[in-house]
Amino acid sequence: MAVTARTREQVKALDKYKYGFVTDIEMETAPKGLNEDIVRFISAKKDEPAWMLEWRLKSFRRWLTMSKSEPKWAKVSYPPIDFQDAYYYAAPKKKPTLKSLDEVDPELLETYKKLGIPLAEQEHLAGVAVDAVFDSVSVATTYKGKLEKMGIIFCSISEAMQKCPETVKQYLGTVVPYTDNFYATLNSAVFSDGSFVYVPKGVRCPMELSTYFRINASETGQFERTLIIADAGSYVSYLEGCTAPMRDENQLHAAVVELVAPDDAEIKYSTVQNWYPGDEHGKGGIYNFVTKRGACRGRNSKISWTQVETGSAITWKYPSCILQGDNSQGEFYSVAITNHYQQADTGTKMLHLGRNTRSRIISKGISAGHASNTYRGLVRMGPRAGGARNYTQCDSLLIGDKCGAHTVPYIESKNRTARIEHEATTSKISEDQLFYCRQRGLSEEDAVSLIVNGFCREVLQELPMEFAVEAQKLVAISLEGSVG
Amino acid sequence: MAVAAKSPAGSAYLDRYAGERVRLEAGARPWLAGWRRAGSEAFRAAGFPTIKSEAWRFIPLHALIEGDFSVDAPPAPFDRSRLKGVTFGRAAENRFVFVNGRLRDDLSSLEHLSPGIELLSFAEALKSRPQLIEGFLGNAPGLAGHPFAALNAAFAADGYVLHLAPGARAEAPIEILWVGSGADKPPVYHPRNLIVAGAGAHATVIEHHVGLCIGSYFSDSVTEIALGQGALLRHCKVQDESREAFHMAVTGAHLAAGAHYDSFVFSIGGRLARNEIHVALDGRRAHCRLYGAYLARGEQTVDHTTVIDHVSPETSSKELYKGVLDGRARGVFQGRITVRPNAQKADGQQMNRALLLSNKAEINSKPELEISADDVKCSHGATAGELDDAALFYLRSRGIPEAEARRLLVEAFLAEVIDAVALAGMRLTLEHNIARWMAA
Amino acid sequence: MTAMLEIKDLHATVDGKEILRGLSLSIKAGEVHAIMGPNGSGKSTLSYVLAGREGYEVTKGEVLYQGKNLLAMEPEERAAQGVFLAFQYPVEIPGVSNTTFLKHALNAVRQHRGESELDAMQFLKLLRETMKRLGMAEDMLKRNVNVGFSGGEKKRNEILQMAVLKPTFAVLDETDSGLDIDALKVVADGVNALRAPDRAMLLITHYQRLLDYIVPDRVHVLAKGRIVRSGDKSLALELEQRGYAEFAKEAA
Repeated sequence: MAVTARTREQVKALDKYKYGFVTDIEMETAPKGLNEDIVRFISAKKDEPAWMLEWRLKSFRRWLTMSKSEPKWAKVSYPPIDFQDAYYYAAPKKKPTLKSLDEVDPELLETYKKLGIPLAEQEHLAGVAVDAVFDSVSVATTYKGKLEKMGIIFCSISEAMQKCPETVKQYLGTVVPYTDNFYATLNSAVFSDGSFVYVPKGVRCPMELSTYFRINASETGQFERTLIIADAGSYVSYLEGCTAPMRDENQLHAAVVELVAPDDAEIKYSTVQNWYPGDEHGKGGIYNFVTKRGACRGRNSKISWTQVETGSAITWKYPSCILQGDNSQGEFYSVAITNHYQQADTGTKMLHLGRNTRSRIISKGISAGHASNTYRGLVRMGPRAGGARNYTQCDSLLIGDKCGAHTVPYIESKNRTARIEHEATTSKISEDQLFYCRQRGLSEEDAVSLIVNGFCREVLQELPMEFAVEAQKLVAISLEGSVG
Repeated sequence: MAVAAKSPAGSAYLDRYAGERVRLEAGARPWLAGWRRAGSEAFRAAGFPTIKSEAWRFIPLHALIEGDFSVDAPPAPFDRSRLKGVTFGRAAENRFVFVNGRLRDDLSSLEHLSPGIELLSFAEALKSRPQLIEGFLGNAPGLAGHPFAALNAAFAADGYVLHLAPGARAEAPIEILWVGSGADKPPVYHPRNLIVAGAGAHATVIEHHVGLCIGSYFSDSVTEIALGQGALLRHCKVQDESREAFHMAVTGAHLAAGAHYDSFVFSIGGRLARNEIHVALDGRRAHCRLYGAYLARGEQTVDHTTVIDHVSPETSSKELYKGVLDGRARGVFQGRITVRPNAQKADGQQMNRALLLSNKAEINSKPELEISADDVKCSHGATAGELDDAALFYLRSRGIPEAEARRLLVEAFLAEVIDAVALAGMRLTLEHNIARWMAA
Repeated sequence: MTAMLEIKDLHATVDGKEILRGLSLSIKAGEVHAIMGPNGSGKSTLSYVLAGREGYEVTKGEVLYQGKNLLAMEPEERAAQGVFLAFQYPVEIPGVSNTTFLKHALNAVRQHRGESELDAMQFLKLLRETMKRLGMAEDMLKRNVNVGFSGGEKKRNEILQMAVLKPTFAVLDETDSGLDIDALKVVADGVNALRAPDRAMLLITHYQRLLDYIVPDRVHVLAKGRIVRSGDKSLALELEQRGYAEFAKEAA
């Protein structure tokens, strides 16, 4: 995006550049490293309003003080991250144009086929130059037009800052404050892009909003920032991610997602993420540290998180709900699969503040290989959460005897009329089940896949249709090589 | 060895009682003195745990840290007849009575110890039978790195040592009574106990910690248990300290193949009480059953923390803790079940339930599973809530007054745990305690 | 005509204990054989060895199925070749619907036979027709495999699977245990409907009652790991009157 003259003047006016790139704003990539100049550079490149830059700087300065408090309590271990050894801004890459699928890595194609992804979509994902027959831009334009007519805004967050800055300012950082945690603070300083959704009062969004259809969808950002607001009485279902394996040179992904639901609003947020897991020893894999939080601010509001996580070398995410409004509901459905040497420490936090609030947590963890899978959850009933209810079911499935499954739930209640019920089990696929399936003609691998899908069924059926089918296949693929 | 950083609070505490500490070290044999010194150093470095420490995040300890205790103040006299109300057995039994941490021969009796069974005080063992404790002291699971165990090592002066020869069977329960009695200054004492059971030995030990004064005191006890192959130990503990008292207790039990540890804990007293049990199931078919019931009200904080380590294959554990919280009380349950990579066919079941009777009562529960073997059956459950409205109404509609209906429902809630207590006399006493608590 | 299934001097151990001690049996296509024996005689062991379950070690002897070495095949391969075991205690598979399970199984077998797989619609049609013929309620389709099923429902589910998969050789392990007369009739009708000249069945049963409904061509008595007597259907009645003990004594 070209920088306006106004911004140039603004930038020139600030005379603190160590790297002296006042004249270098046209550069495509900021130099390596992270310092205040880089933060300004990012903001300037995006032509952001002054308050946005201020917020970024506030976050960055805060992050500097937090450098010693990088979270260490999760059951994941990784070599120390050198935060200075990375690029924090790179202009959206033009997708490499290949002439046809023949030029694409055959292994990638094999995966697409297994996942049942249609050919045209495969082309788009693999970066094949799209010909006139399938014009992804025009397809997306059709949808965009329809949404605009209903008053629904669905665009990148950078665009939103230009189109409706007041709305962004009103909500950004109100669900996940910039002070929240180490990675959220980092994200607040250097976030590159993300989705912005606003659904007006009483409107039911007619289709699932998917990042796939976002116009100017750049590469999956390293520091994505997503903000979804469903105004009173509205409904929206949002899909994040893709079952296709996402490779990225950036090892660290620290995204922040904020959801806001006032009275009678409902947001359904589904994630199917298949990050590149690295080689069999986890080298080169993605570290996925995400802060996701939904604020059920109004009465009868509802936020539901559904996720299928597989692939990252390290996953650290706790989609949460703040159940503030009376009668509000929070749901968390999760399937987390770890294989080889992957590590996942994931779960949810349900904070019941209002009366008669409800939360439901269904977590299915599957470990195979040498992997480690931890569910970490918090259910807290505040003193005013009269009549609140929580039901939690955490099940772990171990495949093979070299992996680990851990469950660490925190249960806190300060209100006697609130009711909490938590259950967790750990088991393996029984020999009896495997033999039964094999006697009926299924190969051992198919049997495992069928049984594991059955294990995850309660979660998978919460996914929107199109995701659900792909997710099932993804489950099977993630466990390849785990048996025998 | 690098010198560990000092903790100001830890140092201050040690210095306050330096006289006693030095006296204990000086009078000890070399191996014992070394053990005591190691305890002091560890405590000097670590100090009291803060809420930043994961295992201690739910109970702030400043009231304890700021307490001004005395290690050797003579206890105030008390009416001996009051003891009758707190013992479980008949008059002529095997019973040790400690008052403010020191054994009182005049109140104790050793009448019918079955053959192969030795019961003596820790002080006596240190003096004349050190071979009974050397080799065991400090080795129980859960003690390494534990600040209160370190403190106990520095200051432990007395306690009980129970030694069962292989095959020995104690016919009658062995009773240990810990009386907290007032003194000019609130006393602090550090009971150190050891139970060693040879292969196939059986015994039942009942401990009763009771406050016969209304003032404050601090009891910091460590109990180490080593059960040989096929040994069986039933261990009941009733904690009814005074409402101003501080009670820290750590129990570490190591079980060999086929051994059984059956623990029952009943907590009803103390201003701040924490009962910690660590069990290592270190041999095939080792089994432990940890049951507990607690009632707290007013400003009480009661914490039950357990760690069950399935080290070997075919081990099993069953855990059930139920608590009733009223007033502004705070209950904490932390229960970890660990299954090591080779511990196939391990079976660990845990359930913890809390009943909140008031709007200001609070429960913090953290049941934890750490599983590294696949052919296992492990599960845990946790619930929190209030008395069932429907049940309450049903009882009242049948003419039962509300207070009584509540009592019946609370008793019913705790029954699952109480009914599992083997000794009938004990069960009756506990039911009586619960009824009295509800009526207050 | 050569036998479809030829068991020659089969010895098998489980947990280090020898259960089958020289069992020999020959079954031709179109035939229904019954094996009866007391508890511990090795009935279930035989069915598991034929199906290829782990933990059952064959120490001597051979089993030829359609002239091929059955013992060398993996369980799913045996299934693909048309071998079916109706389990005595069918296991539960939570979260997997009966429909899904059967579709996967049928398509796996069809694929092996070089036939095209059925899509969801085609399969559902086939399934409904089969259930109608067997007189089974359709709500079973939506339920998960054996989850919450009564004993009788589990047995009927096994027969439904058999009817859909159309095996060439079926072993029915104590299919009648735990069933009342009505359930027994449904199961027997289902089995009888599957009798065919190119199909053989082996009924393993403890009680003679089942054989009133599914009339066998041959009856064998299994005692202490081997067949001690064979005969026609009247042998079953004789066995009922005299009891197993006498036969075992005779054979020893």
